[in-house]
Amino acid sequence: MIRDVEHEAMPREDLEALQLRRLQAVVERVYHLVPFYRRRMDEMGVKPGHIRTLEDIRLLPLTVKQDLRDNYPFGMFAAPMDQIVRLHASSGTTGKPTPVAYTQRDLETWAELMARSLAAGGAHRGDIVHVSYGYGLFTGGLGVHYGAERLGAAVIPVSGGQTRRQIMLIQDFGPTVICCTPSFALYLAEVGQEMGVDFAKTKLRVGVLGAEPWTEGMRAEIEKRLSLDALDIYGLSEILGPGVAVECLEAKAGLHMFEDHFLPEIINPTTLEPLAPGETGELVITTLTKEAFPLLRYRTRDLTSLNYAPCICGRTMARISRFQGRSDDMLIIRGVNVFPSQIESVLMETPGVAPHYQLIVDRDGQLDTLEVQVEVDEGAFSDEVKQLQALAQGIQRKIKDYFTVSVKVKLVEPQSIPRSEGKAKRVIDKRPH
Amino acid sequence: MKVEQISVFLENKAGRLAEVTRVLGEAGINIRALSLADTTDFGILRLIVDQYDRAREVLKDKGFTVGKTEVVAVEVPDRPGGLGLVLQILAASGVNVEYMYAFVQHSGKNAVIIFRFDNLEQAIDLLQKEGIYIYKGEEVYRL
Repeated sequence: MIRDVEHEAMPREDLEALQLRRLQAVVERVYHLVPFYRRRMDEMGVKPGHIRTLEDIRLLPLTVKQDLRDNYPFGMFAAPMDQIVRLHASSGTTGKPTPVAYTQRDLETWAELMARSLAAGGAHRGDIVHVSYGYGLFTGGLGVHYGAERLGAAVIPVSGGQTRRQIMLIQDFGPTVICCTPSFALYLAEVGQEMGVDFAKTKLRVGVLGAEPWTEGMRAEIEKRLSLDALDIYGLSEILGPGVAVECLEAKAGLHMFEDHFLPEIINPTTLEPLAPGETGELVITTLTKEAFPLLRYRTRDLTSLNYAPCICGRTMARISRFQGRSDDMLIIRGVNVFPSQIESVLMETPGVAPHYQLIVDRDGQLDTLEVQVEVDEGAFSDEVKQLQALAQGIQRKIKDYFTVSVKVKLVEPQSIPRSEGKAKRVIDKRPH
Repeated sequence: MKVEQISVFLENKAGRLAEVTRVLGEAGINIRALSLADTTDFGILRLIVDQYDRAREVLKDKGFTVGKTEVVAVEVPDRPGGLGLVLQILAASGVNVEYMYAFVQHSGKNAVIIFRFDNLEQAIDLLQKEGIYIYKGEEVYRL
């Protein structure tokens, strides 16, 4: 279902004209309001007036996370505090969080884009939306919350944790839509199974899942176990929060980016050269309408590709492919680039292993080692040692074939890999730095 | 003629075996025979217990991966060459023994050996034709 046909299904030509107008306006704004951008552009000899076509975006400076840290806490804001009505912060796993700000109009835009996202999954007035994203500084909870309200749906603002209680609420309150991380969705399925809950008997119809990369295999597993349609949603606090891009229920093939508000590019993360549609590289986003926290060419570190082909849902907005990982999640094992999502895709096509895994990176002398810990479920268990060894070796061989990296697969007992109630911790790197 | 064996997946970590025996003990389940196959990373504990269904239930409740296998309990004369006789019968017909282990308890003057075969029906047939006694499940659980 398309909430805003005028924008979401806008002819590309009109959309690009709108993007150019908005790009010119945002460049003008940051040049005058954000000292960091003025300095950068002056150093590069670029003036706002130089932006005459969308391609001219390449004249503009890239922005990286470190720039935000260097301007901690509020140096990147383009609006005075009396215009700012909300602050959030990215989940800074290292050091200080990165604060982001919203004016009243930014919040309106966010709610609208999040409402569009839920509508893309078929949600509408009358639905009950169960929000298990954390509420607080993290943008997940409140972002989805206001979008669902904007849509006219009823919200259960349950936030994270208390899994058994959440399952009780799913049974008793009858939410039709659930929003959480894919790893939490799986965890719900697992705890529900222990509790003897048949999710097919609940009213859940669609899951709008995001905040971490996941695979098609994981989608199939979630859809089967929770008995719903699982859609991928993308967002990051620096750009907005959830609601930057979302999959449509009709195609489930790539996430439509709301291009009337964000201008995506794909670049080679090493050379920083632009890549053509279809080529995989780092996603770079320029915010076109943000007032309080506009960013030019922000390097997301997320690896994907852009697809401008028309979609069966009718949207003209470009789609980003399912994420292949983050350029900073990338593990370099004995010189080979490995993404946790690649290992996951191998595990998901192996019958009998549970969708929980952990990667342990270590160093043996000068050599990096990668151990893949996988839980053995009843489907794969055998009373014969050779069968279990064959299972482990099979996975090892597949990973070696696909990614040319030798790993050790260790079969572990069910439930022994820590479950996440938020973002899953897939990698433990024990290498000395 | 077949005996139900429970197998349990164990990680090679201190206390896992103790945990299995504790869970069974608390549920009042008696272990009749057991064998542990181990590799560097994991082990497979194979058990014959007096209450199969209950054992399976309590172990699953505690989150263990549990499997069921049908095995054969064979009466073997407790004297030199006793086991050899049984194995020769099987080898002569190409029946493969996947693994085997002895019962703690004797049955009269005889030992009881648990066998896991690749071809269970054929093995039972062969041994019975040679007059070797195969225990029924209920007999084994009560032994």
